[in-house]
Amino acid sequence: MGLADDYRSMARIRRFEERLMTLKDEGEVPGSIHLCNGQEAIPVGAARVLRDGDYVSATYRGHGWALARGVDMAALFAEIMGRDSALCGGRAASPYLSDVSRRFVGENSIVGAGVPVATGAALTARHQGTGDVSVASIGDGAMNQGNVHEALNLAAVLDLPLILVVENNVYSEMSRIDDMVRVKQLAERAAGYGIPGTVVDGNDPDAVAAAMATAVERARAGAGPSIVEAMTERLVGHYSGDAQHYRPAGEIADARTREPLVRIRNAADAALTATLDAIDAEVAAEVEAAVAAARATAVPDPATVKEHLYA
Amino acid sequence: MPESLRYIQAVNHALAWALDSRDDTVYFGEDVALPGGPFGATKGLHKRFGDRRIFDTPISETGFLGMALGSAMTGLRPIAEIMYADFAFVAMGQIVNQIANTRYSSGGRWTAPLVIRMQQGYSPGACAQHSQSIEAYFAHTPGLRVALPSNPDDAYQMLRTAVTSDDPVVVAEARMLYPTRGEVRLDAPVEPVGGAKVVRAGTDATVVAWSRLVPVAVDAANQLAAEGIEVEVVDLRWLNPLDFDTVAASVGRTGRLVVAHEANLTGGFGAEIAARAADECFADLRAPVRRVAAPDVPMPAAPSLQAAVVPEAAAVVDAVRRTLA
Ligand SMILES: Cc1ncc(C[n+]2csc(CCOP(=O)(O)OP(=O)(O)O)c2C)c(N)n1
Repeated sequence: MGLADDYRSMARIRRFEERLMTLKDEGEVPGSIHLCNGQEAIPVGAARVLRDGDYVSATYRGHGWALARGVDMAALFAEIMGRDSALCGGRAASPYLSDVSRRFVGENSIVGAGVPVATGAALTARHQGTGDVSVASIGDGAMNQGNVHEALNLAAVLDLPLILVVENNVYSEMSRIDDMVRVKQLAERAAGYGIPGTVVDGNDPDAVAAAMATAVERARAGAGPSIVEAMTERLVGHYSGDAQHYRPAGEIADARTREPLVRIRNAADAALTATLDAIDAEVAAEVEAAVAAARATAVPDPATVKEHLYA
Repeated sequence: MPESLRYIQAVNHALAWALDSRDDTVYFGEDVALPGGPFGATKGLHKRFGDRRIFDTPISETGFLGMALGSAMTGLRPIAEIMYADFAFVAMGQIVNQIANTRYSSGGRWTAPLVIRMQQGYSPGACAQHSQSIEAYFAHTPGLRVALPSNPDDAYQMLRTAVTSDDPVVVAEARMLYPTRGEVRLDAPVEPVGGAKVVRAGTDATVVAWSRLVPVAVDAANQLAAEGIEVEVVDLRWLNPLDFDTVAASVGRTGRLVVAHEANLTGGFGAEIAARAADECFADLRAPVRRVAAPDVPMPAAPSLQAAVVPEAAAVVDAVRRTLA
């Protein structure tokens, strides 16, 4: 994996979400959306060390994880646009979508509640003896949810192959994490469960991949869960309509100088720059094609509204 | 061959049957493995099936119900035990927001074939946090199936139905009925989900009950029979799917309806049956529908106070008399 590959994977997420925002402004996306601009290195770094059998779950800010796991971009657009998508048939939209075909167990719009569910996928892997792992991503704020604590302790005592990725982007909605906890790093809490916890630069896919490799290896070997805390910054609001009055002046501009795509751009020589320009053009075309395909997807038939409730 | 078993033994047989019939069935909860369960429901199962199939969890209802869901989505058939139904409230988020939504919100691509097994109801000296009858909370939630066995054979048959169902099922047993004994058809074919039963035929009034109030209603019917009043008793058995046809047919025969449950009155599932009857059985009804339920107070612990709250046969007898008056 080289810089160009990482760049491509992260650019796909960035352009996907930027396009989603324009679709939202044009009235083609119902409801609010939560973008992961600036955090792309985390799912992309993690995806590098995962294999097809592994399970992944995320929060409502999970488009990046879905794309990094290979979820079809057009279907993703379609689901978020309220179409009859191949993902959830228009029943989930942006904050709760999943893809059974990619073992993307799904997003969750209840903060922290996806972690026990991810623990269940880890139980299946242990029961079946496949060596597959279950990766759950949450935000820094979610670390204070009882669901997360119960799941981590449960996974620890059962030695389940769970890896909790904490995407520490400093904010939970409009509140800073250092106003909410007394620990310096959330990964310190791992000690309370008797499991490893590491802190990595979440804007560097290599650093994320290296930490994930250690955690995944441990999990596949049956030695139990780990916490990987990835430090990052949100380049956009909590949700699509967030004016971000609560952020100090200059904070986002500063963050833009060290976000993962800019970082690769800054380090690139002339040859790599040309490659990255070409990738940008390809990704832009891919995104437009996916939007067109999503627009061509039917809206769900109201006559089916009661379908899929029971077997 | 039917065997005479206590209710709790019937549960144990059903669990053994479930673990025996599929390797992907796993059972977990608090004190369920070596200890055999706080009420003995899992006695002997750990020895027979081992750690991989049946294991203890930390005291973390939210954590392990979520684990039940995730494992059900990815290929297992988990049965999670909630020691007392009251403790389900601490994990209601996993039940209502996660488990119940999984199939629908994924357009049927994910499924959640899991069972949440619990026992509920009052018992002498049990406090307000160990006595509630909580079936209405689950019946209100689309996506869940809700089963309330009232006798040993149903405890066995309905639990087997639940574990073979591809939908999440809440099985709420009645703790006060655990010692009751009855014939259990161990070799019966697995029943489909749902179905109410007429457990006593009658012509003058219908009493619809479930769980512990079924034997109470039969007792009341026997008392009234001595006066020449013949009461038909319907055991609703499943609140979801609701077999209202059996209720409507009975009301068609008797023209009078009493609904009896142990849960408190307001917003109880009895209100649902009464409303459905008003809607669908209006022409057959010769008197207003009556409800027998606990008053809207938390369960007190002292037996003398409990007696003032818990509905017994006298309350059912009284309600039937009032529909006939
Ligand atoms: C149980 C619950 N409480 C509150 C909310 C409202 N809410 C949605 S997102 C959010 C902040 C989450 O912050 P964090 O976990 O740090 O994730 P981030 O948004 O930074 O990715 C809150 C409070 C919710 N969805 N669920």
